[in-house]
Amino acid sequence: MSGNAALGEAAILAGCTCYFGYPITPQNELTEYMAKRVPETGGVFIQSESEIAAINMVLGASVAGARAMTSSSSPGMSLKQEGISYLAADELPAVVVDMVRGGPGMGNISPAQSDYFQATRGGGHGDYKTIVLAPGSVQELTEVVPLAFDLADEYRNPVIILGDGMLGQMMEPVSFENIKPPKKYQKDYILTGAKDRPSRMVRSLLFDTKEEEEHNWKLFRKYQRMERNEVRYETFLLDDAEMVVVAYGTGARIAKGAIKRLRQENLKVGMIRPITLWPFPAKIMKETAQNGAEFFVFEMSAGQMVEDVRLALEGKGHIHFYGRPGGVIPTPIELFRAISRHYYQSRRGKK
Amino acid sequence: MKQVYSRPRSLKPAHFHYCPGCGHGIIGRLIAEVIDEMDLREKAICVAPAGCGMLVYNYFDIDALESAHGRGAAVATGIKRVRPENLVFSYQGDGDLAAIGTAEGFHAANRGEPITIIFVNNGVYGMTGGQMAPTTLSEQVTTTTPSGRNTKVAGHPVRICEVFAVLDGTTYLERVAVNKPAAIVKAKKAIVKAFRTQLTGKGFSLVEILSPCPTNWKMSPIESCRWIDDVMAKQFPLGVVKDVT
Repeated sequence: MSGNAALGEAAILAGCTCYFGYPITPQNELTEYMAKRVPETGGVFIQSESEIAAINMVLGASVAGARAMTSSSSPGMSLKQEGISYLAADELPAVVVDMVRGGPGMGNISPAQSDYFQATRGGGHGDYKTIVLAPGSVQELTEVVPLAFDLADEYRNPVIILGDGMLGQMMEPVSFENIKPPKKYQKDYILTGAKDRPSRMVRSLLFDTKEEEEHNWKLFRKYQRMERNEVRYETFLLDDAEMVVVAYGTGARIAKGAIKRLRQENLKVGMIRPITLWPFPAKIMKETAQNGAEFFVFEMSAGQMVEDVRLALEGKGHIHFYGRPGGVIPTPIELFRAISRHYYQSRRGKK
Repeated sequence: MKQVYSRPRSLKPAHFHYCPGCGHGIIGRLIAEVIDEMDLREKAICVAPAGCGMLVYNYFDIDALESAHGRGAAVATGIKRVRPENLVFSYQGDGDLAAIGTAEGFHAANRGEPITIIFVNNGVYGMTGGQMAPTTLSEQVTTTTPSGRNTKVAGHPVRICEVFAVLDGTTYLERVAVNKPAAIVKAKKAIVKAFRTQLTGKGFSLVEILSPCPTNWKMSPIESCRWIDDVMAKQFPLGVVKDVT
């Protein structure tokens, strides 16, 4: 199954009853899958007139109490940012998928990781954060999707799934057995009509600056809770690693191939793979740096996550960076060469 | 003593913030009266816009949501598709529906979404201080058309009802005004019909309401009401534009 289709099936099994999408490559298989599958389950599918309309339909479905999702790719994600900011401000759950492609501008339709900043820094206007999940395989996509819906409901906040064109279009065997029926959440904020209760109002306009400030601090405390509780990452051959690769998603997959080869040559290289890009797994990186390891950050971009690694290390440890922007996918061999070059350079430096 | 007039149940005991002579207060009250009379308070969900109409949720005692500027019809679509049994209406101004939210309104209409748009047309951006709206008349002076709207460079006033009327998805479109008692009675009837169109599953309905904005028109409230008949209604003719109920 393609990553895009698997994502769609996982969403349905996770209780997603509303999907709104607008065509853009490389995520069309997801929209097409949902066009067939959502109506079969009695849910709502709309091909919207724009990404802006799609995210606002998600907002409407969410405030009406449904589990709702939309998906897009880089240029379309830029258009969705307005709605994501409103979802965060209104404290409404939603799942938004970005199958990233090369950019900026129209860019191309090749896999890329250049939307990292947009995803992890809020992306739209105002002081807000979204949890960002970055799966590395089609199977992991199916695990991340139900988690995304649960986290969205748990925190009443939009959750971003950040994939790329390769993850979306790659075909892999996949099992959905891990997906449990969705949990029930107390939804005492949704709009259903003011029957047997006072009327409700969902809004983000707060003219009173003190009220707006308090709302911002309330959101901030929620983001702090996410930072405490929702950090997820995977380590690979970390224990004796002298050089630690930091990579996520498709990038981590390529890096894993390279690391296996490096280990055959007895180079002590391991990996930390962030699964949540926000909240970022800063603690494990700092701890690893304290043990003397050097860092090698690899991204399919000109370097975005590398800034978070720098912040995580707080000046400790040396960071090497290798990036390929513009939709270029390096091979494991290329990465093998780049890592070993840096590995030997730093060894010589130490002598 | 017989009580003949009171605050509708669907309005909170709050003061309207609108400027003297503004039409929004009348329109808000009309909607609340209709909701009461049709016994819809427990079913109604309002989508409020950006602009002067934004604060309607402070006055309506019904479930309400504030949407981003122009996105009301898309948000209302999401709500209505999840809750088809509810009355879902979007309250939008001319900048909201006829400029930034044209795509959302047009395509909700084209899909025949069974929602209602209450479209308040006062020919200016009120809340931001009286800039040109898509519905500003030719030669009309605003803060961004200081010499009057020159249609050669600033485009022509947009007739939303007529534009939407050509879409097969629309069912009921009427233009009314709230500048005098007889017009207000007609406006109320149009709102009743629009809500009924939605609730009987007949499809998309929109009521365009010509509404005075004395502050930004730089007129007295009385002059503003006269101006609607004498000038505005020439560009935006009152009456049913489409009815296939």
